[in-house]
Amino acid sequence: MRQSPIIEVKSLTISYNNELILDDISFSVACGEIFMIVGGSGSGKSSLMRHMIGLETPHMGSVFIGNVDITQCADEEFQNALKKIGVLFQSSALIGSMTIGENVALPIIEFTDLPKATIANMVRMKLSLVGLECYVDHLPSEISGGMRKRAGLARAMALNPEILFLDEPSAGLDPITAAEIDELILSINRSLGTTMIIVTHELDSIFNLSQRLVMLEKSSKRIIAEGAPFELKTNSSNPMVRKFFSRRAEMKEERNKSEGSHETIIF
Amino acid sequence: MDTPIHTCDYKISANNGGGYTVRLGGNLSIETASESLKRLYSELKKASPPFYFDLTDIAVLDDYGALVLFELKHHLKISESDFHIVNPPETYKKTLSLVNFDFNARCSVTFGQPKNNIIVEFGAATIEALSNVKFMVSFIGAITLSLKNVLKRPKSLRGQDTINYMKATGVDALPVVALISFLLGLIIAFMSSLQLKQFGANIYVASLVAMAMVSELGPIMTAIVVAGRTGSAYAAEIATMKISEEIDALFSMGFNPTLFLVIPRLVAAIITIPLLTVFANFFGIAGGLLIGIAMLDLTAGAYITQTIDTLTIFELCWGLMKSLVFAILISVVGCLKGFQAQGGASAVGHAATAAVVNSIFLIILFDSVFAVIRSYIG
Repeated sequence: MRQSPIIEVKSLTISYNNELILDDISFSVACGEIFMIVGGSGSGKSSLMRHMIGLETPHMGSVFIGNVDITQCADEEFQNALKKIGVLFQSSALIGSMTIGENVALPIIEFTDLPKATIANMVRMKLSLVGLECYVDHLPSEISGGMRKRAGLARAMALNPEILFLDEPSAGLDPITAAEIDELILSINRSLGTTMIIVTHELDSIFNLSQRLVMLEKSSKRIIAEGAPFELKTNSSNPMVRKFFSRRAEMKEERNKSEGSHETIIF
Repeated sequence: MDTPIHTCDYKISANNGGGYTVRLGGNLSIETASESLKRLYSELKKASPPFYFDLTDIAVLDDYGALVLFELKHHLKISESDFHIVNPPETYKKTLSLVNFDFNARCSVTFGQPKNNIIVEFGAATIEALSNVKFMVSFIGAITLSLKNVLKRPKSLRGQDTINYMKATGVDALPVVALISFLLGLIIAFMSSLQLKQFGANIYVASLVAMAMVSELGPIMTAIVVAGRTGSAYAAEIATMKISEEIDALFSMGFNPTLFLVIPRLVAAIITIPLLTVFANFFGIAGGLLIGIAMLDLTAGAYITQTIDTLTIFELCWGLMKSLVFAILISVVGCLKGFQAQGGASAVGHAATAAVVNSIFLIILFDSVFAVIRSYIG
């Protein structure tokens, strides 16, 4: 039962200042899916996400949200495409000078004509979805990192987007809070049917949440694996992929290999 | 319990079959590394390879100790076959194996920045300057478009933000601007009176202070004070938002970052800086008045009449027009530097500094352009 893709990335090539980051990436995300972009540090996952939400223009290739190619559509179409998506940034990116409530209200005020009191109720509702209804009047600097992530999630969901982009939602959080965030993501996906695109390298989250994923790799600058996480862990033909999913170090093996040789040189 | 050893000693002896044996003993670790390296290096400089480093008597060895050996090998340019480590104690074999003596060969990338020749550097600087210009032009374009947008739909201006910025830029700056211009008026009046007194032309102190303040010093001093207070604040605020992804978040929520962040600041500056200039003029003249009354035996009435006689509407408008241009310069440069910020916390400081330096430079530059124009229109 495969639904039509809601996002399609077609032969996307990303480079900054003539330095190639990702080369010829293609994949698609089905409606209602929890899709993950995984890979080691520096593999270009965040860059890929920034291109998928139109923050940067790719070197080549295209990104379709719905039927619109956001890399080269008119401004109006682009704005419409943006209304379909919500983004939770790695640093939560709440506006520091505004309270949590004002942050969540920001897109609602801008893009709806609801009266003020109704918006205030809506904000409370959105915040209660992430369990922060008592923190409406707190500033982002006054709450913990996990709460900021949840508030950012509430803001990303303010306009009921069809697609949520989450950049490392549980990075830098303690295991319990991280698990809570995962739980929250899962429940939002189940209850609202929101398509989730999650950039992460947390193995727990990958196994708990993702239905399908693509894995990027730094040296080849391409997708080295695509599929369900458990399948990839056991069945992937690429040792690098199996290593990633079973959390084994690469350094150690290499060193052990070379150790013998350099011992003979010195001793 | 053994007392810990804190020194490293060594014995250098010539071998029968050529080369030298260095018998190291004691503590060769982070404590002694620097000193042992210096001593060993100076003594081994004269000796000839091969070298045998005998570690039999070593009591303490860590990776700093191993580094000493590595550095000796490196600096004395001992080839692989002439460098031997003899008898490392069993406990420290692990330490030695952890230290990777050929990491230089393993890294394809060189340490630090590769050195380019002057032509490459010049080219890179040119490309960077061009991309800066490109960024600036597109930024000014974005501001123009957003302004057009605001004129078409005044509701899209963020009113509350604008009022907050007006308070920060105008009301909060009033005490310092007032004090500075008052003192400035005082100084001009005092200095000019020293000269004018000799000719009995005391009353012209009033004219001089009025002209200087209204057409030149009022606008420029206000602009410089505001550039320091507000221009830097604009740059730092926007730079902070930039590096913490807040601007990306605004963009992805469908906001126009220019409309959201720049226009309220620009409007606030355009409204408040000319107003501040009016206050500056007023306080400057008040400073002159004080000197006139206290030191030059002028009456307040005569001083004020002379001031009013000297000033023309044109003069006042000219000064205000200049301060309007300065306002645009300060806010646009402040916001631009904020948006250009990239990287970590230091980028915020850099943006603030660059905003102040650039806007003060541009203020002076534009002021001289205005002076040239003025000399043509008389």
